[in-house]
Amino acid sequence: MSSGAIFGSLLELRQLDLLASGDSVIHRLDTRVKLLAAFGFILTVVSFDRYELSGLLPFFFVPLAVCATAGLPVWLVVRKALLVLPFALLIGAANPLLDQTVQLQLGTVGISGGWFSFTSIVLRALLTAAAAILLVAVSGVPAVCEALARLGVPQPLVIQLLFMYRYLFVLAEEAVHASRSRSLRSFGRRGMGPGPFAAMIAHLLLRSWERAERIHQAMLARGFTGQFLPSRRCRFGLPELTVLLLFVGGCLLLRLVNLPQLVGAAALGLFQGVV
Amino acid sequence: MHMADALVSPAVGGTMWAVAAGAIGYSSAQLKRGNDQRRVPLMGVLGAFVFAAQMINVAIPGTGSSGHLGGGLLLAVLLGPHGALLAISSVLIVQALLFADGGLLALGGNIVNMGIIPAYLIYPFCYRPLAGPAPTASRRSAAIMIAALVALQSGALAVVLQTTLSGISALPFATFALLMQPIHLAIGLLEGVVTAAVLTLVSTARPELLALQPSPSPAGLPLRRLLVGFFAATVVIGGLGSLAASDRPDGLEWAIRQVAGSAELANPQHGLHQVMATVQERLALLPDYGLRQTTAQQSAAGPSDERWGTSLAGLVGGGITVLFLSLGALLLGRGRGNP
Amino acid sequence: MNHPIVAADQLCFSYPDGTVALRSVSFRIRPGESVAIIGANGAGKSTLLQQLNGSLTPTTGQVRIGDVPVAPATPQEVRRSVGMVFQQPDDQLFMPTVYDDVAFGPLNLGMKGADLEQRVCLALDAVSARHLAAKPPYRLSAGEKKRVAIATVLAMDPTVLVMDEPTAGLDPYGRREIMQLLSTFDHTRIISSHDLDMVAQVCSRVVLLHEGEIRADGAPGEILTDTALLADCRLEPPLSLQACCVCGR
Repeated sequence: MSSGAIFGSLLELRQLDLLASGDSVIHRLDTRVKLLAAFGFILTVVSFDRYELSGLLPFFFVPLAVCATAGLPVWLVVRKALLVLPFALLIGAANPLLDQTVQLQLGTVGISGGWFSFTSIVLRALLTAAAAILLVAVSGVPAVCEALARLGVPQPLVIQLLFMYRYLFVLAEEAVHASRSRSLRSFGRRGMGPGPFAAMIAHLLLRSWERAERIHQAMLARGFTGQFLPSRRCRFGLPELTVLLLFVGGCLLLRLVNLPQLVGAAALGLFQGVV
Repeated sequence: MHMADALVSPAVGGTMWAVAAGAIGYSSAQLKRGNDQRRVPLMGVLGAFVFAAQMINVAIPGTGSSGHLGGGLLLAVLLGPHGALLAISSVLIVQALLFADGGLLALGGNIVNMGIIPAYLIYPFCYRPLAGPAPTASRRSAAIMIAALVALQSGALAVVLQTTLSGISALPFATFALLMQPIHLAIGLLEGVVTAAVLTLVSTARPELLALQPSPSPAGLPLRRLLVGFFAATVVIGGLGSLAASDRPDGLEWAIRQVAGSAELANPQHGLHQVMATVQERLALLPDYGLRQTTAQQSAAGPSDERWGTSLAGLVGGGITVLFLSLGALLLGRGRGNP
Repeated sequence: MNHPIVAADQLCFSYPDGTVALRSVSFRIRPGESVAIIGANGAGKSTLLQQLNGSLTPTTGQVRIGDVPVAPATPQEVRRSVGMVFQQPDDQLFMPTVYDDVAFGPLNLGMKGADLEQRVCLALDAVSARHLAAKPPYRLSAGEKKRVAIATVLAMDPTVLVMDEPTAGLDPYGRREIMQLLSTFDHTRIISSHDLDMVAQVCSRVVLLHEGEIRADGAPGEILTDTALLADCRLEPPLSLQACCVCGR
């Protein structure tokens, strides 16, 4: 990635965090509910069988509804979700080649199972990516980390996530500066070989280490003794539980009942009835 | 080497999550016990450092392509295995959440491949024995090179195994392995060269940074516990998973069925298929594995014929759903005012 | 109230690689004084500041805060009474939000609930940053970061405020804000800075360091106008005291 592209994706990261400071019913929900709901959503989507297509489609209403309720820009979420496409396409690309057995006959055109499974992979990738993006967009990374801590994730990992996320921008900015100054001095020769790269990141590493020592001094100066203490209270009561159960229940329902198929069958029935 | 959600089945993904969670719990407990206060900002900052370093392209000389630093081995040398696992895990978690670099289901697998393998397997069992207690710069560099190659190959193999066991991608084991391993040889070389160079430069500037971490003795290593946990998780999740799963056989079931012996059907005589068949037969470990997958599916799909009978309805209904979705998205986009 | 609140006696410090940073530094600072430590780069300013809150331990000599000597054995008391504001606020703002950062110190001191909330709000109000409470640190401007960093220290209720280059990197408006802020505090202030114009306006005493030694210790009016002395220590008089560039007077 060029330094411009790094900065670009970092700015997008900040965009997601900015969205998290909005105010809506969903924003105000306890983050644990949102975290568990996203989890349930992803698990349900992923549990479909490899050829399933129509059953997956109703799940796309969920991101749409969340965007609408929380006031999020749909184009941003879609754009970030599409980032997952290259991976999905790469992985699924072999399927149409290898799985040629025709599964569905439409007049003279036979659609092989490979195409079904390929499309299914793509749809699933989009849905799971959207779930993760929306979770961050309505909660913010720090809140998600704190929710994780309250759900039993070990504190060292949560603290690690918070610190890493905090200094991500600072270090990425330093990396951009270093790589930019390097490319300015390399007069058009494209790409950085392993040697210059190693020198650059060794320099970054030393600066990072020294920064970490200063942070540690700052923490000690404010009385740090090794324990992080919670400063805020959070609510997870009956209303929150109800919302969560309703959502997960809805997902399960969609998983077990193929809505589009019913609608399609009804439409076909109507069509045949008319004809 | 990031795996995407699309590759991973719930059973395999869940198992990997269990392994990753167990390892993270273990390393967290170890770090808490050590109570080295410096580590909190250090792990955080070095995690961010690796994240930032991973964003930069490194040109692989002679190939015209580029790669990235993984950083697992580097972190293991600087932070010790426990700190390194947490740091790498944090990087992967944030990447999964924000950059769609691999999915949340595959996160467990990614943590295993890019965190547990370098930190708990390669670092103590490959790097430390090779480097010895107080290595010279050249010995350390050589040990890093070898360790990096082994780490990347093991990681790549793990990805192939996890993907194949998931059975979602139709890529047969042998073909996938053939694709992955050579690529990761080059990546392993890059990782080794860069890691060794960085450590040499850093040790010249500040030698105390490389004061060796106390290595967990092989006897006390969580390997045994990890393996036990892995098998237990597989049994539980695999059992639960197969209860809830559809009637399509997953990779593992399919393999078992193959061993038990099922009716073999003739291959379709398509050109590409034939070529791939010959290639696989020459090189595959289990010559039947790749080929039979599709045909066995056909036989397995037999009893659920009614699914395909009604799939026309599914297509129509799906079309109607897409129509509604597009309308909704359009209205939403219009309503917000486009940027 | 002549009892010194900060006292240094024959302070010497050398870094592990042999560099001698401080040679026999001695001074007494009285409560409520606003003291500037000035000197060229490498003169030992930051090193001296770090002796005051125990981040560094003197090789020989002693630092006393009130009656308590700063030693490895007494970290907590020292930390509580000496609040250090770093040159780089990013190093000091490590929590997810401003509120968390300001609350970090009092939390570690054992405060909870309504008391904690009140302490945090007081500190934020003192630097006019209450509206920033929910923001993550990376979204603050340089001036806001400096003010919040000061708030994180104020929340510990220190008696001595030590500040390393408080106006470095700020735009003129941000700089003016910090200067006004510093004038309102009645804590004992020890400020290290290159910004001699700020020093002239904010501080009542100047300590001039050169190559680890104190070359002068007195009123700003005397030291900041002594061009020869300042030049000898690689410094210049503040712009506000130099000849006018238009008319030459």
